Amino acid sequence: MNSEAVHAGSHGGDGGSEHFEPKILVFCCNWCSYAGADLAGVSRLQMPPYFRTIRVMCSARVDPEFVIRAFEKGADGVLVAGCHPADCHYIGGNYRTRRRMALMKMLIQQFGFDPDRLRLEWVSAGEGEKFQKTIIEFTNTVKEMGPTPYKGGV
Amino acid sequence: MAEKKAAANEKPRIGVFVCHCGSNIGGFVDVPSVAEYAKTLPDVVYSTDNLYTCAEDGLASIREGIRKHDLNRVIVASCTPRTHAPLFQATCESAGLNKYMFTFVNIREHCSWVHMKEKDKASKKAKDLIRMGVARARLLEPQEEAKVEVTPASVVVGGGVSGMTAALSMADMGFPVHLVERDGELGGFIRNLNNLYVTEKSASETIKPLIEKVKAHKNIHLHLNSQLKGVEGFIGNYEVVIGTKGAEDLKAKVGTIVIATGALEFVPEGLYGYNQYPNVVTLTEFEILCKKKTLPKLKNVAFIQCVGSRGQVKSYCSRICCNVAIKNAINIVDNYENMLGLMEKSGTVVEKIPVETKATDEIMERRRRRRGRERGEEGEAEEVKLGPSEKIEVTVFNRDVMAYGVEHELTYNKAREKRVKFVRYTTDHLPKVYMEGNQLMIAYFHETLKLERTMPVDMVVLSTPLVGQPDAGELSQMLKVPLGQEGFFLEAHVKLRPVDFATDGIYVCGTCRGPADITECATQASAAASRAAIPMAKGYVQAEALTSVVDETKCSGCGTCIQVCPYGALRKNEKGYAEVIVAACKGCGCCGATCPEGAITMTNYTDAQLLAESRAALEEV
Ligand SMILES: Cc1cc2nc3c(=O)[nH]c(=O)nc-3n(C[C@H](O)[C@H](O)[C@H](O)COP(=O)(O)OP(=O)(O)OC[C@H]3O[C@@H](n4cnc5c(N)ncnc54)[C@H](O)[C@@H]3O)c2cc1C
Ligand code: SF4
Ligand code: SF4
Ligand code: FES
Repeated sequence: MNSEAVHAGSHGGDGGSEHFEPKILVFCCNWCSYAGADLAGVSRLQMPPYFRTIRVMCSARVDPEFVIRAFEKGADGVLVAGCHPADCHYIGGNYRTRRRMALMKMLIQQFGFDPDRLRLEWVSAGEGEKFQKTIIEFTNTVKEMGPTPYKGGV
Repeated sequence: MAEKKAAANEKPRIGVFVCHCGSNIGGFVDVPSVAEYAKTLPDVVYSTDNLYTCAEDGLASIREGIRKHDLNRVIVASCTPRTHAPLFQATCESAGLNKYMFTFVNIREHCSWVHMKEKDKASKKAKDLIRMGVARARLLEPQEEAKVEVTPASVVVGGGVSGMTAALSMADMGFPVHLVERDGELGGFIRNLNNLYVTEKSASETIKPLIEKVKAHKNIHLHLNSQLKGVEGFIGNYEVVIGTKGAEDLKAKVGTIVIATGALEFVPEGLYGYNQYPNVVTLTEFEILCKKKTLPKLKNVAFIQCVGSRGQVKSYCSRICCNVAIKNAINIVDNYENMLGLMEKSGTVVEKIPVETKATDEIMERRRRRRGRERGEEGEAEEVKLGPSEKIEVTVFNRDVMAYGVEHELTYNKAREKRVKFVRYTTDHLPKVYMEGNQLMIAYFHETLKLERTMPVDMVVLSTPLVGQPDAGELSQMLKVPLGQEGFFLEAHVKLRPVDFATDGIYVCGTCRGPADITECATQASAAASRAAIPMAKGYVQAEALTSVVDETKCSGCGTCIQVCPYGALRKNEKGYAEVIVAACKGCGCCGATCPEGAITMTNYTDAQLLAESRAALEEV
């Protein structure tokens, strides 16, 4: 996390995490994770209201460009959620996602972002609770890291 | 489709319908202010809130909005697209709007229901979500759904009870069916079995009429000693290559494919003395011995249940083995006299144990007394009247007996009446099979008495699970249909689509999709046949306009997309560029995200649309 401090300082972000309302973008695949998020809703599982979800058919649809652009536009965190290994509706899309996201973490680090600002999580259609837990944890992680170092920049 | 508002280049006129969903949304989100906010967004010409958008008056307000305000895009902000998109899309279509000009915004499951204590923040989020929806809607384009013709013929792989049942059902409906069986005979696993549970009828007699019908049916082309060697195409238009031993490959055009390749029995190598001591056999081996009437002389038989299943080697319960063990236990008790005669004639075939030197009288004595105690009987246990099972002792060591349903529970009770003993073991205290001199023995921990026990046995029958065919992976890859972690084929939806694959046009039934008995196999096979018949009877399928599109001006012909597509939906055209087979593409977007030239995008989920959505989400407002 310290890797970012330099950048964060140079942009004089709003610092204190208390009033910080992070912008978190979530990509959910239609078949598992979006359904898991739906189930969280049906089960009335409460979570912090700072994430905005974009539905894609498969996690493998998440082009690296989408992630880069999101950070470029000021996202404090990006979560990609897909089906568990072997459960992808499109056979093996999530394996590609996994490889791609591992690379993306390295890439955003080179751009000066904490790699933890990008997260990949498997959430099945039955895992409403896991979706909730993921959102809570990820929101906390992002809050601790503070605002994106590139906010207002680029 | 008489759609008046389909032109893509028309200036967007967006209508936004924000739903209260009674108080489900309205109670936690300030719906009127959200609807007001929507009016400020670019290209939104109309916005309103409805109590229940999915009720008839809600739907009427959408139709009226389209008409009155000349809307060419509609957004409903309400529940989840996974359940309600078809309804709202149909409403748009009924008002002359192409269904792809509709955008769903989820402000219930993803907002009001998960932020119930923060109305301000939930309302802000609902506004953000609608802003994202508007950004997407502005870039929508009308789509035509392609109609794909379906060849009314099918190929069934596997000639067991499942494959034969499926083939017959489709053949009876009038569709030509190629039935491909790699063995030289039909019947599958049943050919190993002695008799069948519940009916107690001979297995081969039971299956015979089915085999005869299949062989005689004019619509069934039987390919024995054959295998599927190749598959190309997609729903409605498969070209399969059937390879038969000693014959030339045959190409056939079919519209659907049914997989019914069955399962095998797990070989318990290294467990309970299998392949180490004589007379330790699997259930199937036992049935073969019974069927051929080649059982050795037996006085004590032990079945051990769950060998290699339920966490031991395989994680699952094989579903059938309890009932199969109970069936066999009853068989040997009932047919004991009969079998003795036979045994005298045929002698020991399984191997080696000199029956005479079995359990010593002393052990027998002790055991009788013990049994008396187990029944809580006082005094001279030896005097207890002996039932038929005294002539042959059958003990079923089990973790718990899964005799589910009506008939099986009755059969289980019947076995108990016949004094078949059911002894529980736990995984902390597995029974142990060993030799004492030349006597086969079992040591076990009696859970109720909390005592270590030993007992001499003449034969140990291991109930092992059904396991996927070792070469199922080849078929899985050839057809691009998934295998689950345990090596069984994986259906599209465990509850709602049990015999479909996620890939349209391919169906699955029988033990190749998981342990099942014959009744269940026949049920699944009939189901798979009728599912396969739907597109064949209709003659065409409508492909959802959710496919990849290759921009030839950007494509370098590298072929990366062709490699990553899980459905074989991309190929090279004569010019060497990638080309989408629209009917085969499922729209996952894998190729789009992988293409190094950015030459591929997805209809209705274009890069531009997704990026606009993302940008709108992050906008400072
Ligand atoms: C010991 C034992 C006892 C049983 N007793 C009973 C009972 O009493 N009652 C009951 O209801 N059920 C019983 N069952 C279950 C029953 O045997 C199965 O439910 C049934 O036989 C499964 O039928 P199937 O057609 O799905 O598969 P199978 O019978 O296995 O048939 C699959 C066929 O596909 C062929 N095949 C496989 N791969 C390919 C390929 N790649 N290409 C072409 N062909 C291929 C195989 O050669 C085989 O002929 C028992 C099972 C066992 C193990
Ligand atoms: S990956 Fe892209 S560039 Fe390569 S063949 Fe496919 S469409 Fe063309
Ligand atoms: S979108 Fe998916 S199914 Fe369609 S061509 Fe691309 S990789 Fe294949
Ligand atoms: S569909 Fe969920 S990750 Fe592919």
